[in-house]
Amino acid sequence: MQYMLLIYNDPALEPAYGTPDFQAMMAGFFAANERMKADGVLRGGEGLQGTHTATSLRIKAGKVETMDGPFAETREHLGGYYVIDVPDLDAALTYAALIPAAHFGTIEVRPLMDYNPAG
Amino acid sequence: MTAPASAIFVTKALDRVMRADRGRLLAILAAGLRDLALAEEVLQEAAISALVHWGRSGLPAAPAGWLLQVARRRAIDRLRSASRDSARGRALAILAEEEAAPDHQAIPDERLRLIFACCHPALDPKSRVALTLRSVCGLTTAEIARAFLDAEPTMGQRLSRAKAKIAAAGIPFAVPDAEHWPERLDGVLTAIYLIFTTGYLSPPAEARDLCHEALYLIRLVDRLRPEDPEIEGAMAMMLLTSARRRARIGADGATLPPMAQDRSLWDRAQIEEGRAVLARALARRRPGPFQIKAAIADCQMAEPGPDWPQIAALYAALWQHEPTPVVTLNAAVAVAEAGDPARALALTEGLSEALSDFQPYHAARASLLAATGASDEARKAYLRAIALAQSPSDALFLQAALARLP
Repeated sequence: MQYMLLIYNDPALEPAYGTPDFQAMMAGFFAANERMKADGVLRGGEGLQGTHTATSLRIKAGKVETMDGPFAETREHLGGYYVIDVPDLDAALTYAALIPAAHFGTIEVRPLMDYNPAG
Repeated sequence: MTAPASAIFVTKALDRVMRADRGRLLAILAAGLRDLALAEEVLQEAAISALVHWGRSGLPAAPAGWLLQVARRRAIDRLRSASRDSARGRALAILAEEEAAPDHQAIPDERLRLIFACCHPALDPKSRVALTLRSVCGLTTAEIARAFLDAEPTMGQRLSRAKAKIAAAGIPFAVPDAEHWPERLDGVLTAIYLIFTTGYLSPPAEARDLCHEALYLIRLVDRLRPEDPEIEGAMAMMLLTSARRRARIGADGATLPPMAQDRSLWDRAQIEEGRAVLARALARRRPGPFQIKAAIADCQMAEPGPDWPQIAALYAALWQHEPTPVVTLNAAVAVAEAGDPARALALTEGLSEALSDFQPYHAARASLLAATGASDEARKAYLRAIALAQSPSDALFLQAALARLP
């Protein structure tokens, strides 16, 4: 099954650039990536720019409305994601626990929809 | 046999098989299908077709095996007609392989896998308990709803949502590996213990006694995974607590703490078994929270009265595993009973915020304040505890203590 691991955290609580904690976090992300690649489960993943760069859009009565800012004004922001392919939720949770952001934020684990157009 | 006689005979036989083997059959089907709701449906369909077939051709040599094979065929039919995603494809492959096995073979017991799926931390705690009672113990939705004071449709929705999540989120029907075993086992034991306490605190009139169901479950887990000291510890704790059940309410209807109970009402057989299981667990020299709680229950039943210094020491040990305000409170109570109410009172300082709505906190504070001569403050604490009391029996007990204040 494929799962998306969504990384949410409060930017105010993340380690500051240049500190030893920041170094440890980067090393942790590197180790998590390497492990997912070595185990052959990594399908994709990206980090996102901060929510100050976000633009939101919706269509109301046929007209595009564009707004500055993220979809929801919350303390914890979506900061990035991984997509992994593993046998079950337990395996997905094991990889989620490798993501350093779990120490100061939250990782949401969601299965992807399985359309399987071939079947 | 006449037709009605044969129908009654078959119904009874089916009922017997389902009562004895439903959990076991469900466990195997669910593990193969990775879908508890579908497993329940096909097993139900197999039972209905058993009524027809057994009535016509007599009981098969291995009724449980017959049910399993028919349920598997039903599942294959269903999955073939709706085989759209890869999870179903995989389930189909597993089923086809299993279906080829002859039906008179011994059915392996996969209930531990079912229990770990039902008690998975990805489900909310109440759903874990409800799902375990439904699928492993075979309670009806109505019976579970009654036990938890819920409306039946509400409980039905809770169960279907939980089953849907197991299938959609990919919660495995698997016994966790060594790395995750301690925390996942703790989840299972906590769910079983919650079933136990719900039964222990409910009126005795319920048709399905949840204390019995909890003991059935813990014995099952112990049998499927022998020689685990925490499983044995949980079993010992439930046996020792259950032994006091008849004595826990006094003649006037008030709740009695173990030290005030009529010991002749205690169940000797359960005490003996509980102590033997606890001794076996402790001999493995791998202590854990459930073993410590069982040891506390045991010390409360010491002759001629509770061994309070030992109980205080055990709560201190428990705090190492569970550093919670409730454990601190219980430690304080034991310290007071062991003869040091002033130190006990000091231990409870700082708990007021976390436990401000917890009736036992105010009751314990009241009794500690009374013991140190602070009657006015004790009175206030008793009144607060009475206002928070969950049952008339508890309120009666507290009112009697309030009336005894100087």
